[in-house]
Amino acid sequence: MNILDAGQGDLIQPADLDAFRKHNREKPKAMIDKRMTEAEAVNRFVFDGAYIGTELYGTVRCPMSLVNEVIRQGKTDLRMAGQGVLETDVLLAAHLVKELDLTYIGLEVYGISHPFRREMENGRIEKCVEWSNAALAWRFKATAMGVPFLPMRSMLGTDTFKYSAAKVVTDPYGGGRVAIVPALILDVGLIHVHRADMYGNAQIDGISGFCAEMARASRRLIISTEKIVPSEEIRAKPDRTIIPYYLVDAVVEAPFGSHPGEMYYTYARDEDQIKEWVEASKTEQGSQAYLNKYVYSLEDHAAYLDFIGQERLEKLEGMIAGRDR
Amino acid sequence: MSEGRYNTSELLICTASRLMPDKTTVFVGTGIPMLAGSLAQKMHAPDLVAIFEFGGTGAILEELPIAVGGQRTFHRAVSASGLLEIIETAQRGFVDYGFLGGAQIDPYGNLNSTVIGDHAKPKARLPGSGGGNDVGSHCWRTIAIMRHDTRRFVEQVDFITTPGYLTGPGAREAAGLPVDTGPYRVVTTLAVLGYEEESKRMMLLETQPGVSVDEVVENTGFELVIPDDVGENPPPSDEELRILRDEVDRNRLYI
Repeated sequence: MNILDAGQGDLIQPADLDAFRKHNREKPKAMIDKRMTEAEAVNRFVFDGAYIGTELYGTVRCPMSLVNEVIRQGKTDLRMAGQGVLETDVLLAAHLVKELDLTYIGLEVYGISHPFRREMENGRIEKCVEWSNAALAWRFKATAMGVPFLPMRSMLGTDTFKYSAAKVVTDPYGGGRVAIVPALILDVGLIHVHRADMYGNAQIDGISGFCAEMARASRRLIISTEKIVPSEEIRAKPDRTIIPYYLVDAVVEAPFGSHPGEMYYTYARDEDQIKEWVEASKTEQGSQAYLNKYVYSLEDHAAYLDFIGQERLEKLEGMIAGRDR
Repeated sequence: MSEGRYNTSELLICTASRLMPDKTTVFVGTGIPMLAGSLAQKMHAPDLVAIFEFGGTGAILEELPIAVGGQRTFHRAVSASGLLEIIETAQRGFVDYGFLGGAQIDPYGNLNSTVIGDHAKPKARLPGSGGGNDVGSHCWRTIAIMRHDTRRFVEQVDFITTPGYLTGPGAREAAGLPVDTGPYRVVTTLAVLGYEEESKRMMLLETQPGVSVDEVVENTGFELVIPDDVGENPPPSDEELRILRDEVDRNRLYI
């Protein structure tokens, strides 16, 4: 294939698809009880220097209980697929991230991410490679398909391309210019879902972001779920299963696991606490105080929920019309 | 400029809303495009198809989303899918309009939302492309919404996050981007701008109410194409303002 142009960004995590196939071959296909706590799942599967990814988005169906545990255990030098709001923000604030394949880190309507800005501007992030949203998702899709790269028509002609690790090649059929992006295999994927059984068959309601692709691009996949349900409940609606059990390594029951983010049809986001983070994160000192208050000083997710309080959580539930209501 | 009847956010929202024709597909982000989409649905475009990048298609914008992945982005929608279904739909030519923002824009409509200064040693690090580059690559027509000053309207952006016409006529096609796509309008606090057909450079079309052509020129950091005939964009109507304030953003999240 004729390479016409190449982005100058580093390929942070080169994909070895044959090793991935071998790994997948060895993953148990038996139905095994994979229930464990956040502490156990993070301790077993997340390691210093791991390349991790989170889905969906820091205020929406986001694995906050898992990310908080990563911070508690101080897993450091993380490399990350950077598509996020709160979850990437707190990891950056805890100084745990070293390299980023970045598409967007910000706070949406609340503006830029101050921890991201500090980590970039003081050089603590050693590599920041740029991508578009779709490019990063297509990288997961390539892995999900089991192929080394995918063609796309995003990023052409821009600095987003120049600072990426994408390439431009001659379309071997049509002869035009087309961009290609390399498969991305995560060491660990963290995904929060509405319901899963103890084996890891997982279902989500509402839009699915890039959940299906990322789940299939993860060597190790930790699922946190609002509730663990009997397998019969999954089997009654198998069309809703977006992540089948054999992809999954750990199933963590985490009610309000996305808090202060939202969970479709279940609870609204906690605007007061998000605003508290927006203010706190503006300074290094404020960020550390927030992390002390909501992460370091609380032993686990149960303690976190106790600290937030039942009344407040019920109020967030009350703000959302359930799926069948 | 506003004579106190409306603020600049309301002016941007009403102006952008009029650029969303009924029965078209529009890629919207949070903030002003979403308010404009909701206003358009209630004014002249009941069948406007709002598309959100994390999977919402055809939502009825009764409640304002505050996150591009939030539940309101697929409220009573025709489908709730995922990110790639949305961008692939745009990539195969189904999305008519895309709305964009950025920290900087240049005469060819290239947008920067990645970094001010050097990429490795930034003066100010910004969020990055997100879906911006995808929207700017695949939608048939893109519309940028900007506050208008010389800091934002610059001869050369520090970083091209999202492609406009790149270096001029033919450059998008030469780069491999889909043909006949590109920037269409820029809605600002001072003007509505388009692009000159031959040069692909930004051209003044209309000034906002009470704004002079000179004011627009003074607040633009590059040479604008100024046609002989520059119109004035009508101010927000009482009806637009009423719907915007009483229905679209009744909780005053944005305006």
